[in-house]
Amino acid sequence: MTFWERNQLKLAPFLFLAPAILIFLIYVIYPIIDSIWVSFHEWNGMDKNGTRGNGNPNWSWVGLKNYVVLFTDDEEFYVSLFNNIRWLLFSLIAIPIGLLLALFVNQSILGMRYIKSLFYFPFVINAVVIGVIFTWFYNPKYGALTYVLSLFGLDPIPVLADENLATYGIIIASFFPGIAYTMILYITGLTGVNREMVEAGRIDGASGFTMLWHVILPQLKPATLIAVVVTIVGSLRSFDLIAVMTAGGPWGSTEVLAYKMYQESLFNYRMGYGAAIATILFLIMDIYIAWFLYRLFKNEKSEK
Amino acid sequence: MKKLITLIVLFTSTVVSAGTLVVNSNQSGESSKAAFDAYVDAFRAAHPEVTVVVNEFEHEAYKTAIRNFLTAEAPDVAIWFAGNRMKFFVDQNLFQDVSDVWADAGLNDSMASTKGSLTVDGKQYGVPWGYYQWGVYYRKDLFDNLGLNVPKNWEEFKWVCAMLKKNDITPITIGTKFLWTAGGWFDYLNLRINGYQFHMDLTAGKVSYEDPRLDATFAAWRELIDPGYFLEDHASFSWQDAQAPQINGEAAMYLIGNFYVPTLESAGVVDKMDFFQFPTIVEGVGIAEDAPTDTMHIPSGAKNVEDAKKFLAFMSNKEAATNWATMGGMLSPNKYADKPTNRFSVMGAEMLAAADDIAQFWDRDANPDMAGAAMEGFQEFMVKPDREAKIRARLEKERARIHGDL
Amino acid sequence: MFPTPIQNYSLKVNIAYRLLLIFTLAVWLLPLVAVMLTSMRTFEDVLAGNYWTFPEETALISNYTAVFEGGKMGRFFLNSLIITLPTVFGTLFLSSLAGYSLAMHRFKLNLLVFAMFIAGNFVPYQILMIPVRNISIEMGVYNTHIGLIIFHIAFQTGFCTFFLRNFIKELPFELIEAARADGATEFTIYRKIILPLIIPALAALGVLEFTFIWNDYFWALVLTQGDTVKPITVGLDVLRGQWTTSWNLVSAGSVVAALPPVIMFFILQKQFIHGLTFGAVKG
Repeated sequence: MTFWERNQLKLAPFLFLAPAILIFLIYVIYPIIDSIWVSFHEWNGMDKNGTRGNGNPNWSWVGLKNYVVLFTDDEEFYVSLFNNIRWLLFSLIAIPIGLLLALFVNQSILGMRYIKSLFYFPFVINAVVIGVIFTWFYNPKYGALTYVLSLFGLDPIPVLADENLATYGIIIASFFPGIAYTMILYITGLTGVNREMVEAGRIDGASGFTMLWHVILPQLKPATLIAVVVTIVGSLRSFDLIAVMTAGGPWGSTEVLAYKMYQESLFNYRMGYGAAIATILFLIMDIYIAWFLYRLFKNEKSEK
Repeated sequence: MKKLITLIVLFTSTVVSAGTLVVNSNQSGESSKAAFDAYVDAFRAAHPEVTVVVNEFEHEAYKTAIRNFLTAEAPDVAIWFAGNRMKFFVDQNLFQDVSDVWADAGLNDSMASTKGSLTVDGKQYGVPWGYYQWGVYYRKDLFDNLGLNVPKNWEEFKWVCAMLKKNDITPITIGTKFLWTAGGWFDYLNLRINGYQFHMDLTAGKVSYEDPRLDATFAAWRELIDPGYFLEDHASFSWQDAQAPQINGEAAMYLIGNFYVPTLESAGVVDKMDFFQFPTIVEGVGIAEDAPTDTMHIPSGAKNVEDAKKFLAFMSNKEAATNWATMGGMLSPNKYADKPTNRFSVMGAEMLAAADDIAQFWDRDANPDMAGAAMEGFQEFMVKPDREAKIRARLEKERARIHGDL
Repeated sequence: MFPTPIQNYSLKVNIAYRLLLIFTLAVWLLPLVAVMLTSMRTFEDVLAGNYWTFPEETALISNYTAVFEGGKMGRFFLNSLIITLPTVFGTLFLSSLAGYSLAMHRFKLNLLVFAMFIAGNFVPYQILMIPVRNISIEMGVYNTHIGLIIFHIAFQTGFCTFFLRNFIKELPFELIEAARADGATEFTIYRKIILPLIIPALAALGVLEFTFIWNDYFWALVLTQGDTVKPITVGLDVLRGQWTTSWNLVSAGSVVAALPPVIMFFILQKQFIHGLTFGAVKG
């Protein structure tokens, strides 16, 4: 027996995992640590050749200063944070709407397969295109919204130019792919619903909403969980739609942490400050990551 | 599979052969793109040994993109703007000294008028390719219909606005979605009220945004905002969107730069249009005009400096310089270029020659970070004028962070 | 069945249901229909503000050729393909290796490695932005296809490993034990036994990954600057700048940018839905 043959069960995992782990360490794990490190410094990002730190005048340790400034002296930060919370809460609305639509189309009639795919496919359209479409939809001069309002004799509403409405306007644009996605999840979930339990429910006189609430929804729990996780992760990452639709305006009222971070680091050359914003975003996300991992390991254990 | 890999290698290889000149351009609009392409073609014809590769960027997106690429992988030539916008990159050592191009190509003579805006500590860091006047472009037919004359002073200007409004015509069109158009209004109001020197002190961060002298500037602005003289919902529109009401005859006046003219020509309304200088507000204040200069620079990270210098020096070519500027609705900074024939350019050239002082533009004179924050404030003021005190306090805080205490 | 099959109701209800279904679908697709209609309008039509009527005179062919001729749409489209395809294959390869190992090998840090992949998958991009940009610059892959490809592979490997590990874990372990008893090497097992069995999962992941990478905007913005590298999402910005008020051309460009994932979705819908909903049924 060669060395390899004797030890391959011990060595194989290492060899199989090495490429994935290596590339993941370089491009995901190290950057997270590095970003946190950068967030304790003032840095304008000007030195490419690894001279960071060696008496470089553009790089200096400032401890928690970036965080202190963020929390005590930057109104825009609170605007962004508040917008992130709005994104978090309101983008969840896509989930019940997706469920309603899923229930609505969960019938077997002629051609339903095609109708379903027409409902689903906005999910694959990229955010840039969705942003372009909705910017145009909201245009107070010739947008569809203005047209619809005029049918009811109402004045145009400049959604994206109104500080109170603009963020909601963008969130609604995000519903388009969001609803499609939750629909897909729920329709698949519905096909897995236990028929006997539904029949038993019917015999007990349950129907409509009671049936949905007590019999169907509990069985759709896995789909709901995934929908919630994906929606939350997506809402914290929201960048594309904002960049395309308002570029943070009017007067910065639609900025979110992700967008502000990009602006501070690349436009204002405040890399340390930008890294601090990213770190805060990361910490918020950690709550969900921890929760997700906790659930996963609980499942793993129960399976063993 | 093998084929695929070969293909990938073929396309992903970014080996830049010697003699390749990479130029990053923000000339995205249809007419300005055509004007720039004409210059590139002329250069190619004159320098067949150089392969020019142009990367195009959308005009607004370029303002962020340039900050990214200058510090990452710089092109050989980048289009940019004179004044403080250029100085910001010079201070970060991101643009090269091109004084030798000025000397060798005779630009010290032919470009003398704009040299100052490209000079930092006695050295030149870029070459201008065009400049243009700002002013009020108006529908002469609408004015004539209502018997209105070109306003010379503030009272007349407000009267004209009032008359237009009364006749259901939007007096002033503007699109502030990308902020800078609001900067133009602030520039002119402040230049006409407080004069050039004060304005320059403000852009240099030497004056507080809560300074009482600015009260009059914002008050004059309010005299147009409160009666609703500006296009409704202007924060929804880009400067291009705001052209439509004027082209359709629903709006009368537009404070904008001369780069607007090619659009007027292609839309077929240029014969109905005319131009006037921004009116006087306070008697005795010297007349200053906004005349932004657009430029070319060689980034410090450029790989092909030799050819980049040829590309810049080519501005001494009279014909190429003339074409680039005039096709884009601009004036050529090269004094040997053909005199403009377009009537708007002629008026502009005369107006600028007679001006006491020339400013670049709000977002080119002020520090970029400050300019952005200030223009957001201006936009907000134009929609919510009651927040003036709050906005100015915020801008002052920002100024103190960027420029330090007074 | 829930809700109750519509066939159990009266004819009236059935007709009403079908009408309502068509109406809902029409509203749902309205924005997309408008864009498609606009993409075949003439510029005069657009100038006159006609967006909702069916165009009397269509400029379908001239608009779409204008998109490819005037701008660099063809180049951007090609760039997107050059970035997307290798990323999809690379990710599937690395994550199937890793997924196999995590599912079928017992070793100490197994769960920890698995957790790392999952956690990384949820990380906000922004925390990676500054360092990834620096790494790319230092390795000389900033503004290259390969720079974007490597990064995408790295990041997507998290999600795909998670997915494939769970999929492989469902496969009968006896198969592998039998092969091992026959003296097959681990790599042979991976190639001859595992790979053929996970083809459905790979197909599902492949279409999903194709969509994710094709639609990426943020990383393209951060890691590219040249027209020879920019994918179509960022390229669309350039075209929007060029055509500003020519909404017919902007619409045509948008349709082109959105098309490949849409076509893929309609062809491989089953795989797609399988990929998306994996874990939604049991989780």
